[in-house]
Amino acid sequence: MKLGFLVDLNLCMGCKGCEIACKVENEVPLSSWRLRVKYIDIGTFPDTSRSFTPLRCNHCENAPCERICPVSALHYLPNGIVNVDSSRCIGCAGCMMACPYGAIYMDPESNTADKCTYCAHRIETGMMPACVVACPVEANIFGDVEDETSHISRYIMEHQGSVQVRKPEKHTNPKHFYVGGGNQTLNPLAHERIEGYGLFNNITHLDTLGDPHHSILDRFLTPIFGGHNDHLKNESFVDMPNDVEGHESHEEGGHH
Amino acid sequence: MDHGSVIEATHAVVTLDVALPGIIWGWMITLNMWAKSIGTGVILVGAFLLYRHKKEDMPNLRWLMPLISFIALNVFLLFTLVDLHQPLRMVNIFLHPHWTSAITVGAWMASLFTGLITLMAAIAAANHFPDALRHNPIAKALRGMNGLYEAVFPFVVFLAFPVTMYTAIIMAQSSARELWAAPAEVIQMLLAAFMVGSASFILIAGSWSKEAKKDLAMVLMLSVLFSFLMYMGEYFFSYKAAEVEATLAYIHSGGSYNVQFWSAMILGYIIPFFIAFGSLKEDNRILMKFAAITTLIGLYLAKSTWLEIPQMIPLS
Repeated sequence: MKLGFLVDLNLCMGCKGCEIACKVENEVPLSSWRLRVKYIDIGTFPDTSRSFTPLRCNHCENAPCERICPVSALHYLPNGIVNVDSSRCIGCAGCMMACPYGAIYMDPESNTADKCTYCAHRIETGMMPACVVACPVEANIFGDVEDETSHISRYIMEHQGSVQVRKPEKHTNPKHFYVGGGNQTLNPLAHERIEGYGLFNNITHLDTLGDPHHSILDRFLTPIFGGHNDHLKNESFVDMPNDVEGHESHEEGGHH
Repeated sequence: MDHGSVIEATHAVVTLDVALPGIIWGWMITLNMWAKSIGTGVILVGAFLLYRHKKEDMPNLRWLMPLISFIALNVFLLFTLVDLHQPLRMVNIFLHPHWTSAITVGAWMASLFTGLITLMAAIAAANHFPDALRHNPIAKALRGMNGLYEAVFPFVVFLAFPVTMYTAIIMAQSSARELWAAPAEVIQMLLAAFMVGSASFILIAGSWSKEAKKDLAMVLMLSVLFSFLMYMGEYFFSYKAAEVEATLAYIHSGGSYNVQFWSAMILGYIIPFFIAFGSLKEDNRILMKFAAITTLIGLYLAKSTWLEIPQMIPLS
């Protein structure tokens, strides 16, 4: 059995239902995402179009994150899922440097690397991943890619020629496929991130990775000077002025 | 592009996405690599000098070489640990090692290397300061271990090569960052060790023989020259992969790392090259010390630039 995922981008309408379902199901903390839906606008007004691309871990057959993890916190399950054992993770962020898809984040609460596991805990009990259940248009198709009678295998066969993976040149053999994707939706270097063009917020880059007070010194000083995650409470995010955060963090990176 | 300009019809623009992580490995990893280069570099250059010259030509080398290495390696280990998000779990690398990871292999080798260097530093210090802790049984025992110092040294020199180079393999295993290719990075790491190894010795080589100092100048000159040529090769000719091209845009003209990159090249490579070249003919202690300091600063800036620019491009 080799579990895989397929997203039909022709069906996806960018409702972000999958994103929210994932957040809720996996209790993904603020400022972190296992699955996200990216909006990309193409063209010049009034001839424009908007595409929606759900992005999650590709559960590669030849996963660079698994290879670089020094303690096997990232490991394969027999069904092909690349799983995370956060109790073993040392937080070196090697996996974040290795993943060509930017699918791994540093959990600011546990200070360990985390990512989409295809909801391995749900799969174990015979359920579908939360994002699959939440999708109103069945754009997310999940199943055994080695079983030629499975829905995903038949979908791949029916759409031969338009099934793509992200960054095939990396030789990671992703088990996450897209139908209806193009260079501008799947290649991160084919689109720009321009300040001021974002909907709803201007936060383009995180200021810190995981808990900003994670170092040994902080661990010694925390009992004296305060808790680790005081700044990460929901209230502090609600009060945060978006524009200020955006201007502060824009210089950190981005493709100009 | 400002808000008022027209975006080309073929242009794609991200209009909604999450915040990206930005720099993942920052200044602590730069400091880690820089300190490791010193820790291994003094051993490699020290071995070269001991092969070429008599011990009497470099009177303080025997005890200062392991001492400098010991200090630098501890800085390297400290910042390796501090950079971890779960530093207390570092022990998992030894309890649950995953041998396909260059991080694991490197951690084991670096720990062994540091252990041997600590032993050498302790023996050398005990012998260099015979009056210190005169009645301490450990100090007494160390004073009698000169033979062990000599026996361990060849293994330490042998181990210094993989210890200095393994970070290049970690970078190569970072598949998301195409700029870091193993062959180039391995050689750059090795050259960096020779650069800062010779630079560190230049700072303490006041009483050394002329010939030994000339060798130091030669090692510095050749290592900065070849390292500089490799950087220039990357700067001007690495246009085969789109990701590398996008990465190098940060150091090219107009890029946000352009000034830092060229500061690194001038301080770490161009200035030391010409000073060291001049010192081959006529030794100038003050100028050579100046070159040593600019080398140390320049290498830090170069490592920082090379570490951060591949992390600037969005991966998804």
